[in-house]
Amino acid sequence: MNIAKALFCLLISISLTVAFNQQWGTVPAFGRLLSPFEGFWQNAEAADAASEEKSSVKGTREEVTVLYDDLHVPHVFAKNDYDAYFAQGYITARDRLWQMEFQTHAAAGRISELIGDRALELDRYNRRLGMTYGAEKSLEGMSQNPVSKSVLEAYSAGINSYIDQLKPATYPIEYKLLGYAPEPWTPIKVAFLLKQMTQTLAAGADDLMMTNVRRHLGPALTANLFPDYPFKEDPIIPAGTKWDFTPLKVPTPPTNSETDSSVALNWQPHDPAIGSNNWAVGGQKTANGYPILANDPHLNLSLPSIWYQIQLVTPTMNVYGVSLPGAPGVIIGFNKDVAWGVTNVGADVLDFYKIRFRDNRRLEYWHDGKWKPVRRRVEIIKVKGKPALSDTVLYTHHGPVIYLPDEKPFRNNIPTGYAVRWIAHEADNGIQTFYLLNRAKTYDDYVRALSYYSAPAQNFVFANAAKDIAISPNGRFPLKWHDQGKFLLDGTHPANDWQGWIPAAQNPRVKNPPRGFVSSANQSSTDPTYPYYINWEFETTDRGMRINNRLSGMQKVTIDSMRRLQNDVFNHQASKFLPVLLPRVQETGLTEQQKQALKTVQQWNYQQDTASIAGTIFMDWISRLEHDIWADDFPEKDDQPMRFPNSDRTLQLVTEEPNARWFDNVTTKNRTETIGEIVTVSFQATVDSLAKRHGALGKTWAWADHKGTGIRHLIPGLDAFSALNVQIGGGPRIVNAAGRRAGPSWRMVVQTGPEVSAFGVFPGGQSGNPGSPYYLNMLETWRKGDLYELLYLKSVTEKNPRIKSILTLSH
Amino acid sequence: MLPFLVIAVLSAVAQLFLPWWSIAVVTFGVCFWRSRTGWRAFGNGFSGIAVVWFVYALLIHVQTDGILTGRMADLLFKTKMPVLLLLVTPLMGGLVGGFAGLAGRQVRAVFAAKP
Repeated sequence: MNIAKALFCLLISISLTVAFNQQWGTVPAFGRLLSPFEGFWQNAEAADAASEEKSSVKGTREEVTVLYDDLHVPHVFAKNDYDAYFAQGYITARDRLWQMEFQTHAAAGRISELIGDRALELDRYNRRLGMTYGAEKSLEGMSQNPVSKSVLEAYSAGINSYIDQLKPATYPIEYKLLGYAPEPWTPIKVAFLLKQMTQTLAAGADDLMMTNVRRHLGPALTANLFPDYPFKEDPIIPAGTKWDFTPLKVPTPPTNSETDSSVALNWQPHDPAIGSNNWAVGGQKTANGYPILANDPHLNLSLPSIWYQIQLVTPTMNVYGVSLPGAPGVIIGFNKDVAWGVTNVGADVLDFYKIRFRDNRRLEYWHDGKWKPVRRRVEIIKVKGKPALSDTVLYTHHGPVIYLPDEKPFRNNIPTGYAVRWIAHEADNGIQTFYLLNRAKTYDDYVRALSYYSAPAQNFVFANAAKDIAISPNGRFPLKWHDQGKFLLDGTHPANDWQGWIPAAQNPRVKNPPRGFVSSANQSSTDPTYPYYINWEFETTDRGMRINNRLSGMQKVTIDSMRRLQNDVFNHQASKFLPVLLPRVQETGLTEQQKQALKTVQQWNYQQDTASIAGTIFMDWISRLEHDIWADDFPEKDDQPMRFPNSDRTLQLVTEEPNARWFDNVTTKNRTETIGEIVTVSFQATVDSLAKRHGALGKTWAWADHKGTGIRHLIPGLDAFSALNVQIGGGPRIVNAAGRRAGPSWRMVVQTGPEVSAFGVFPGGQSGNPGSPYYLNMLETWRKGDLYELLYLKSVTEKNPRIKSILTLSH
Repeated sequence: MLPFLVIAVLSAVAQLFLPWWSIAVVTFGVCFWRSRTGWRAFGNGFSGIAVVWFVYALLIHVQTDGILTGRMADLLFKTKMPVLLLLVTPLMGGLVGGFAGLAGRQVRAVFAAKP
């Protein structure tokens, strides 16, 4: 009897303990997670107290001192460059290890390893896109340069020295929630991170949809509705700027470049809130006579914060700015002589080639009149709780074949049976650009630094204390015939291959233009006189025009006036559309509520602020109107995805072509709709659907609530670690581009001069730990549109009340 | 009282070096060594662990202004009340400790019953 009792109690005790020590599907191991000695409690952090901490780490060459300021920004003082990058790796990992590893796992197609086969298709997609192949090539490129190689090694060693100090109780909380452990860092992870950026910013391609459009409408109408230069534009390089080089011969298009498309499903619209602003104002227009530079890159807002502020000081540099956790150096920032920033170019650097295989064995493909061998690359995808999968990817000289004709594509804009030629597959050494910019003193240093840059192509804006300002849409641009890659390409003709490269020295660039400022907001890089093809379509010019209008009218510019411009919520698109649309609304058939809504919009001052009701109505109306105009002309078919003309073309249509056939709804027989009807009906439907969602016209329609800006943790659905419904104005195509999910991920304003002075903020905090007071501490400042002064220290002995704690690294 | 104190001190020390489940080993051992009844064994095991976990958790909660406790309560229980975690944490540790203590006492009884 006693034995039975004892066994029973033992059984209960052991099962209970084992059950709490075990992860059940997505439910974490509660014993481990809740233990105050080992679980999440150990991740709770207090604010930095005045302290001097000495950390003994293997790998530094001399002692490194890190001063943390009141925002937990590290100021690294090292006696040599190796130690500086080592320390950057070490302290970035201290604040961001999980994020650094997770992002590189994602880029490498390794998420299934962490969460199981739910992520399998995503992983397979990344493998097929050649992310690993590209990262290996990049690493090759970086390793060939002894300086880049040493930077990478130092940075990786620093991260690893931090990982070596960890034990399960001190792992970042996400490891505890998902139930895995950090692995050693390797230099290729840096390459993966940069590939991830290239995928976010330079992997867009409408080639398939455009091909379907051309087949549906024919070449002439396609050219008319999808023109190569916008109706309204104010390009980055001011129109009329003369090119000071003799261009290479631009390849001529082959006589027949048509190809057909295979299957695919619906198109996922891209988010116009991904884009960025930057500008530099020359000394003649500033209050103190020295240039001011401003930058706010817009990305999908996420937590842990995308950027990590850092100051790096060695005998060869003293630079401050934001870094990407996982990459050495400062990406956007300033030193005592220069400041620089970036926005995305949106170059057409990803093209699809239709591959003709010899037979179903797919060992050879046809190109340039002969059969060429297909190379095979086996990708092993590990899956949590299941056996690993292997996936064979076929490589042609164009690049990897993303999907074969009989496979279902993961993303709908990828054609099956096509190889992808992508800039991210080239060997490059992008970190060299930032290495040089971090140390730059003159305009020539900036030009030299840019020559090393490959992808994702960026508009690099520049200003220095010697009173130069400049901007350059810069990257490695393939030399193409005009519109090459606007449509799918036939992979058998060599004339469709990329024909070399635009020489780096001939990338568009302008220095000290007469208007006294330079700017970019992802609009067209140049006017049509630039001899080379970069892309046929860029972001709409709304933000760009608004910025240029404001800057043109400004004198005696200060940091504060630049800060206000970054937070400008004037809806430029509305200011162009509404004067044309409002007179077209037929008031006779409107309900009381619709009339009231119309009045609200008529009285609007175009300020897309948090409380704006008219702003809410306009934003919904314009997208409904575009849908109503175009949806019948570009019918949705599962296997033939198409896209609509862009909003610039729609603006031209409603402004200049009120009798165009496109206003007629072709699905209604025996009836010809007019522009007035379509404008009125879409307005009515907008108001009705808003009333259905928010109740009667009133405060509940306020823009910020309707939009619901959210800054979300990288793990989907982890709302408890996210900031939701952030009350901020602005939105897509507005200078303050805070959209639902994307927006200004960093705002910086730098006043150059004898004493550089800089301000900045990002929506989140320095720490990636949700249990730290520095996880979201900057959010409110960002939301209000304020900036923090960035503490630029000259020497390690400088006494500043903002310095809170000191960390010394030595072996 | 003695087993309770011994469990509290030993388990706290053990957890500084060993995984969380060492609490089960400690309470089992202590109650095997010394406990009068099954109820007492459970009680000592439960309270010895729960008190330590509660005090430590409370200390962390207060020192860090409850930032993480709040987020975790939201994540695990969809509530903004961090106090719930301050109750659930010791309850869970206590249950593991209590049952291990009971098992220790019952196993001891097997040996004690033999001549």
